[in-house]
Amino acid sequence: MSTSTRTKRVKKVRASSAEDPAMAKSPVSKFFGRLALAIVVIITLFPIYWMVRTAFSDNRAMFGEPLSLLPVDFTLGPIERVLGLATPDEAIAEGGSGASINFGLYMLNSIITATLITVFQIAFSAMAAYAFALLKWKGRDAVFNLFLIALMVPVIFTILPNFVLIKELGLLNTIIGIALPAMFMTPFAIFFLRQFFFGVNLSIIEAAVIDGASQWRIFSRIAVPLVWPQIITLALLQFIFYWNDYLWPLLVGTTEESKLITVGLGIFRSQTPAGNPDWAGLMAGALLAAIPIFVLILIFGKQIVGSIQSSGVK
Amino acid sequence: MAAKVSRDNQIVPAMLFLIPASIGFLAFFLWPTIRGIYLSFTDYNLLRDPTFIGFQNYIDIFNDAVFWRSMAVTFQYVFINVGLQTVIALALAVLMHRFTRSMIIRGVVVLPYLIANVIVALVWFWLADYSLGLINAVIDGIGLNKIGFFGSEAWAMPTIAFVNVWRHVGYTALLLFAGLQAIPRDVYEAAEVDGAGEFRVFRSVTLPLLRPILAFVLVVTVVGSFQIFDTIAVTTGGGPVDATRAINFYIFERAFERFDFGYASALAVILMILLATIALIQNRLLRANESDMER
Repeated sequence: MSTSTRTKRVKKVRASSAEDPAMAKSPVSKFFGRLALAIVVIITLFPIYWMVRTAFSDNRAMFGEPLSLLPVDFTLGPIERVLGLATPDEAIAEGGSGASINFGLYMLNSIITATLITVFQIAFSAMAAYAFALLKWKGRDAVFNLFLIALMVPVIFTILPNFVLIKELGLLNTIIGIALPAMFMTPFAIFFLRQFFFGVNLSIIEAAVIDGASQWRIFSRIAVPLVWPQIITLALLQFIFYWNDYLWPLLVGTTEESKLITVGLGIFRSQTPAGNPDWAGLMAGALLAAIPIFVLILIFGKQIVGSIQSSGVK
Repeated sequence: MAAKVSRDNQIVPAMLFLIPASIGFLAFFLWPTIRGIYLSFTDYNLLRDPTFIGFQNYIDIFNDAVFWRSMAVTFQYVFINVGLQTVIALALAVLMHRFTRSMIIRGVVVLPYLIANVIVALVWFWLADYSLGLINAVIDGIGLNKIGFFGSEAWAMPTIAFVNVWRHVGYTALLLFAGLQAIPRDVYEAAEVDGAGEFRVFRSVTLPLLRPILAFVLVVTVVGSFQIFDTIAVTTGGGPVDATRAINFYIFERAFERFDFGYASALAVILMILLATIALIQNRLLRANESDMER
């Protein structure tokens, strides 16, 4: 679907929402329908709010007021603690463990890893998708279907041999070792990029061929710019996916230099003493890990929602 | 027109464009798949070379009580998770379709899906904590007995299933919502003229027309929930006892805590066959490729 049809559809939906026959008419249904939606929104947002509330609370004072809706003894302590900015004494005074944790570094590792994967994966997948969508060659669909079969293989299945491979390459505990298997392509990205390229007007490509442009030039100067907004949205979704990934980085990146934020969070949780956990610190870490995602959603929410919606009906 | 564009076969540029993706496909999908199947017939601990032992791993798995228990809790999880998620997502999709066109509501609803499993798991682990968590504080406050959500054998798996329903339901609802929007408007007009009520419209108009996308969503969610790992890893770690040792977590333990790579690979092969079978059966049963609606 091209951008222009998408905006057109959005406009159409907006214009007709008042007399949209799919929308309920009776005031009673409307009331209960909207009430139900409000409850859904609250159930969705409240746990996220609770994470924020806890992240700005004093870990000791908080236990006296478990029901307080506002942060208890508002403090930036937990954030400073997990960023490694507080001294062990300060941390312990506020109910932290005093162990050194450095979420700033883990976040940087995550940013580098997710960016590295996204940029290369989208670029290489786009090249492949171009060959599958806009070039004519024998065996095209057979090769494409072979690539798609990779979607059927469960993650855990390839993780075991891939771990052995990364170990043999001497890349354990490096960022490149975490990123490498995903950098070349995923069937998911190729599938959607191919759909995008199918939407490109063939007469433009045809004209470029007649002008004697090389395929690389047509790809990079014509085809990619035409579907650029969709590529950006797909890239965002992939970035979020790899930012959130846990199992593979847990296996491959265990040193400080290669630990990603999700892995750091998991370890932080397993190291908190059972009797006296640093919930404020844990939630501060969780909040830090979620902030980049919140920012992306605030900026690109509409595109992300649109992209997810179109992924099902295609 | 197309024939003129490609005066001749474009296999040479196509191959060049496919080089990087092919390297990734061969090195990190095809080769590991073949290697994984091979390893499943070996005894391999990462330190010494794998030794071929035929079907021994599979025979051991058949006699492994932990494996069968693991399959049982995995099915328990899938059943609760997919069941709740599908019903709630369907209701939510209909709500959005009938009562709002707000992009913000759609954004809010899909938000948990975009937050990491690990974060979601930790937030709920805190909310549902036995001694200090909000939920038990409320339960205690209204005079009921506290519940060990993650700590008791009976509650742990349902709790984990619920947490993932919370994370995924908006995403599933959004997919179904898109399917609802594809239903022609005049069908609703006709239903309105006939004086059909809210429930009747849903049962006789919406549901049948939604079936293809519902089938697609079901296959995706079932296959996805069989692979539950992150939430278990950061909350219960498979316990209490083995109440939450789902198959993916068991494979992880055998491979990376007991360094039994051959055995773990055999488990993974079994999971792969199981998932492929389930996807096939579901596709058949739900007639996923046919629609009640003429497109």
